[in-house]
Amino acid sequence: MSAPATSRTRPTAEDRPPVSLTTRLRGRYDRNLWFAIFVGPFVLGLAVFVYVPIVWSVVLSFFDARNTVTPTDFVGLGNYLDMLRDSAFRSSLLTFVVFALFIVPTTFVVSLGLALLVHRARFARTFFRSVFFLPTACSYVVASLIWKLSIFNGVRFGLANTVLGWFGLEPVAWLSVTQPPWYWLVLVTARMWLQAGFYMILFLAGLQRISPSLYEAAAIDGATGWRVLRYVTLPQLRATSTAVLLLLLINAFQAFDEFYNLLSSSGQYPPYARPPLVYLYYAALGQGQDFGHGSAGAVILTLMIALIALAQGRFLGLGRRDD
Amino acid sequence: MGGGLAALAVAGCGSNTGREEAGGGGSEGGKPALAQWYHQYGEPGTQQAVERYAKEYADAAVTVQWSPGDYDKKVASALLTDSGPDVFEYGNGPSIDMIKGGQVVDLTDLLGDAKSDFTPSLIERMSYQGKLYAIPQVTDMQLLVYRKSLLQQAGVEPPTTVDELLAAAKKLTTDKVKGLFVGNDGGVGILGGPALWSAGVDYLTKDNQFGFDDPAAVESLRKLRELFTSKSLLLGAPTDWSDPSAFTQGLTAMQFTGLWTFPQLQKAFPDDFGVLPWPKLNASTGAPSVTVGAYGAAVSTKAKDVEAAKKFVQWLWVDQTDKQLDWAQTYGFHIPARKSLAERADKLKSGPAADAVKFVNEVGHAQNPLLWTPKSGTAYSDALNRIIKNGTDPATEIKAVKAVVDAELQRIAG
Repeated sequence: MSAPATSRTRPTAEDRPPVSLTTRLRGRYDRNLWFAIFVGPFVLGLAVFVYVPIVWSVVLSFFDARNTVTPTDFVGLGNYLDMLRDSAFRSSLLTFVVFALFIVPTTFVVSLGLALLVHRARFARTFFRSVFFLPTACSYVVASLIWKLSIFNGVRFGLANTVLGWFGLEPVAWLSVTQPPWYWLVLVTARMWLQAGFYMILFLAGLQRISPSLYEAAAIDGATGWRVLRYVTLPQLRATSTAVLLLLLINAFQAFDEFYNLLSSSGQYPPYARPPLVYLYYAALGQGQDFGHGSAGAVILTLMIALIALAQGRFLGLGRRDD
Repeated sequence: MGGGLAALAVAGCGSNTGREEAGGGGSEGGKPALAQWYHQYGEPGTQQAVERYAKEYADAAVTVQWSPGDYDKKVASALLTDSGPDVFEYGNGPSIDMIKGGQVVDLTDLLGDAKSDFTPSLIERMSYQGKLYAIPQVTDMQLLVYRKSLLQQAGVEPPTTVDELLAAAKKLTTDKVKGLFVGNDGGVGILGGPALWSAGVDYLTKDNQFGFDDPAAVESLRKLRELFTSKSLLLGAPTDWSDPSAFTQGLTAMQFTGLWTFPQLQKAFPDDFGVLPWPKLNASTGAPSVTVGAYGAAVSTKAKDVEAAKKFVQWLWVDQTDKQLDWAQTYGFHIPARKSLAERADKLKSGPAADAVKFVNEVGHAQNPLLWTPKSGTAYSDALNRIIKNGTDPATEIKAVKAVVDAELQRIAG
């Protein structure tokens, strides 16, 4: 029996009409073309404003580049050695470590606590979520100025000093004294107020992913309160916690705005609260315009952040299956 | 971060130079187009004044760019690019690195016969190896102001030594008023120079060597620590030393501030304030001092038409004496940079203003020397911070500053 006249065989490559290079580049239904039109400008912007400057910065770090970004004097690793020998740069790293030791655990605990409270709230849940999240929308600069001028100024009518006055205590010059170092309280509370809401949302998302059946099983086993938190909630939040810790640490490394706005005065900046970014800002973009050393410092800092993030990820199991 | 640094440097501060966009590469209607940059002055009317001066210049189309924020860093970045200013002002003239980097034009030939009329210390401050790199626009100064009535009530005479100042500050301190305000950082930002001059030393010696490895300087810096811990210093005020609010609101009886605050002081306390230099260390050591600074007009070597830019600077800041007097006197309270104009300034002829002018002439010191680089400045400022706030040993700190300054001087010489 002959094959039906209507049956068709799969066309071979030879049967298809030749496809021009332009057509192939444009893709089926011009998909490639539209992809390029929509994504191209952003890729170009990313290249011009991010990748080229990064490469340029690395190049500058090997040159004596003072008041120029097209230097000619190659100094090899000289700038790197200078920065590693520079006690001010090293002390800026110490400042970061102290800041991270304050801010990472406190924000972690506060945002987790807020998430647990809001998650279990029986009424006005959305209201409380909004209230705690709203500070995230506030600029670091604005928050710093409120902290500096209204709450923690050193005169008797500042908010914090007014409260101290109710208890008969002397006004404190929060940002001017180093013994005791009250400026840490100002720095940490400003940042915590600004970012705790964001991490609360991350924890909330994590909490909502926990299966209710686990809590039911725990209840059947007689677990309540702290034991449920310890043996059910926290282990289930491991992946979220790891991500939060990593983000907190990287954000702490990038601290600039609140330090700069709270502590700089009259073009001066105290050495005891100068984290790496503030130090590099002054070195490279201050009146010295020393792009060679500034870039070397930036590369060192980038490598440190990358190494710490990798080590932390490995230690805490970032990317591991959450089972 | 690395990318960020280079991006800022490369991008300068955007392509808006303030220069009129015109065909033919920086010319408009046959006239050269110039961009002139200023920082944002606080006194009302200043922006309109410089725009009016620019408009009156017939030989070029001058556009003024008024820059709020961190003007010094903005200019320093913009000078790296082709979109920077043609003419710009800079505090105490361009930095030594701008001069050595070939970013600014030699303006020596612009002064002509007027050279001897400009305040010599300002001309010296803005010169390097005999060449002038900026024309002083106006003289500003920093000094002590005090409430006469409060001192009288407390039975305190205006202090003439640092010990007397400490005693006066203590005596003037009450539950509501502190004795003295020298900035929220305890004087780190503004007393570095006065503390040295008070001890009879300076940042650098005449032959540009480190100037204050000296026991008197150690003693003077130790006094700043004593002041900080005396509980008679106002700290953490809502505004800083450059603003008179702490003084006019009655938070302090004495304040180290600038001449520019005089209109507000006169309004708040007519005839009830006096002025003093920062006092000498003690009866036998040092001298009183006031800090003198000046914005200077400079020309970028990347200006589209350097000659046109130079001619404009000469026209405005050398030839147009009436405009210079207007600029110094009409909007704020400044001393004209030229002696002949200072003599014509009516506001400076009586009262505390006349005393202030006398101090400039008798005990005025340029804010810092040209060869005192930002790195040297940071090293000294860091040391002051540690001495004043932490009580570290001034002698050890001075030695550490000396090491940095010596290296910087060697770099500049090389």
